[in-house]
Amino acid sequence: MTATSTGRFGPYGGRFAPETLMPALTELEEAFTAAMADPAFRGELDGLLRDFVGRPTPVFRAARLSERLGLDLWLKREDLAHTGAHKINNTVGQALLARRMGKPRVIAETGAGQHGVATATACALLGLDCVVYMGAKDIERQALNVYRMELLGAEVVAVTTGAKTLKDAVSEALRDWVGSVETTHYIIGSVVGPHPFPVIVREFQRVIGDELRRQMDGRDRPAPEVVVACVGGGSNAMGVFHPYVEAGEDVELVGVEAAGLGIESGRHGASLGAGSPGVLHGALTYMLQDDEGQVLEAHSISAGLDYPGVGPEHAYYKDAGLVRYEAVTDAEALDAFHLLAEVEGIIPALESAHALAWVVREAPRLAGRRVVVNLSGRGDKDVEQVAALDA
Amino acid sequence: MRELRRRFERCAAEGRAAFLPYLTAGLPDPDSALTAFEAMAEAGADGFEVGIPYSDPLMDGPVIQEAARRALAAGMDVDRSFELVAGVVDRTGVPVIAMTYVNPVLRRGVARFMADAAAAGASGVIVADLPVDEADPFLDAARDAGVDLALFAAPTTTPERLARIGRARPGFVYAIADLGVTGERDRGSRRIGDLVAEIRRVTDAPVVLGVGITTVDDVRAAARLADGVIVGSALVRRVLEASPRAAIGELGAAVAAYAAACRRAPEKPLHGE
Repeated sequence: MTATSTGRFGPYGGRFAPETLMPALTELEEAFTAAMADPAFRGELDGLLRDFVGRPTPVFRAARLSERLGLDLWLKREDLAHTGAHKINNTVGQALLARRMGKPRVIAETGAGQHGVATATACALLGLDCVVYMGAKDIERQALNVYRMELLGAEVVAVTTGAKTLKDAVSEALRDWVGSVETTHYIIGSVVGPHPFPVIVREFQRVIGDELRRQMDGRDRPAPEVVVACVGGGSNAMGVFHPYVEAGEDVELVGVEAAGLGIESGRHGASLGAGSPGVLHGALTYMLQDDEGQVLEAHSISAGLDYPGVGPEHAYYKDAGLVRYEAVTDAEALDAFHLLAEVEGIIPALESAHALAWVVREAPRLAGRRVVVNLSGRGDKDVEQVAALDA
Repeated sequence: MRELRRRFERCAAEGRAAFLPYLTAGLPDPDSALTAFEAMAEAGADGFEVGIPYSDPLMDGPVIQEAARRALAAGMDVDRSFELVAGVVDRTGVPVIAMTYVNPVLRRGVARFMADAAAAGASGVIVADLPVDEADPFLDAARDAGVDLALFAAPTTTPERLARIGRARPGFVYAIADLGVTGERDRGSRRIGDLVAEIRRVTDAPVVLGVGITTVDDVRAAARLADGVIVGSALVRRVLEASPRAAIGELGAAVAAYAAACRRAPEKPLHGE
């Protein structure tokens, strides 16, 4: 479904934001609708996706791992997109939108740093000022990406409130925007936040699923039976799932959340699997909260999945049974990280390793089936962290 | 019901705007919280905004974020915040506006939250991340419970939105005096005059000004325009920086100065008088 005019997906979504921001959200919605209907805007975006981002990204049949797991495994190679993850699809689109709206300054939040790098990259490309909010804990575990953002001319601001991770970075970016909204566009990094952000990010990420449907359409390559993607906020998953949902295709869609140290430990990022409906960062969605409605801290080995909420359209997909949501632990993700490196010569992002880890765990049940994993990012950023864990 | 409006009318008759200090429930610490409100009432507060602490206060700057963190760490929750509200109303007779965010209200249930607020004696409720677009169930529940729910108007609010805010019949309008989250400013807002005038054109509901109001001069400027003036961070900071006992003394002195600045110069005729 597309969102209603008030940004609802079933009961989820909406626009729970301070009044100061509301006119900007309306302005953004109007600017986005006009831009997407403007052939010049679409042409510039498509050109940049092709020549700057390197799209379409390939699909790759993981032959050795297929044999090892006893199924037909394919990888959608978002890790090969410029800057190393799918995040660039959204940031190039939104940076073009910022320029079209005449806003010279861009802010963003980042968890793993991938969205921050992708935002800094798009801002460098288009000559926009860029400030990235990043949790102090994430700055520690993703030092390489901090330096990359600085190389790209962005200012990285350490967020020291709360758990000092992605949730707090989103909150701080929203606070900046409350004061700067007249000159600043907020490039949110996932399908979260108040309407129209979940729709905008989905529409800029759906290129993943649109490509995949063309690349595996049953002619040159067989169509997938199962499509798997990791879910933190859920932008890569929404990008690959939405075109299949929209087309009503007969394919099993599986979103994989972070089970962290195990759901029963209470230290995880499984908002859909173990959370309940509430309002976080401007939208009604599944979230991790206590009996009083206080937001709980998430936990994941992967900074990009360390978030106590999820995009509202995923909440709708869950309730409607359109997508199955599962969770894998830190340890399972780490094993999959090593497995893909050793067997296929691809070091995946720890986030993407969650999607693969579910396939590994479910391999007996998936025997013989054609499975596509959306490999949303590459793992260079995680190498130092994994080396420390393995030591 | 209408307690706030009566209080604003009484203050206007006395030639002043109502002064409404904000304090997070449970500060300086849960044991001395009630004493802090009593000291502010003695110093001339006309009403209180009592912050029910929330883990992710998007509309609040560092000072009130820190206050919420401390209050939550000290065990303040919604029930204990309402107990404090009841104590404040009982001991001071000063009307209380309970302030929080959408999610704690949803979690308790909108109708139950408003009923519990009313039962505690609160006259008004402020939900910082609730725009008019999402407010209908909250407004209905507040009316049923007999408490006045605020809707917001900001310097960015368009005339179309302002008209919609007026049509929604809010209990009162919280005019956001400056862009940005709550916190002290080193210069007064330049836009409050137009904002309050535009609000008056769409509603006869009382108008309070808050966000960024820092100095006695800021309060004096706001008091000429609005029915009530809220100061939060400038007071909360004093509490965070002092021992509980010293904090209560400082609160009293600061509130006395702000309340005095709410007296309007007699040569300035005012709306509604």
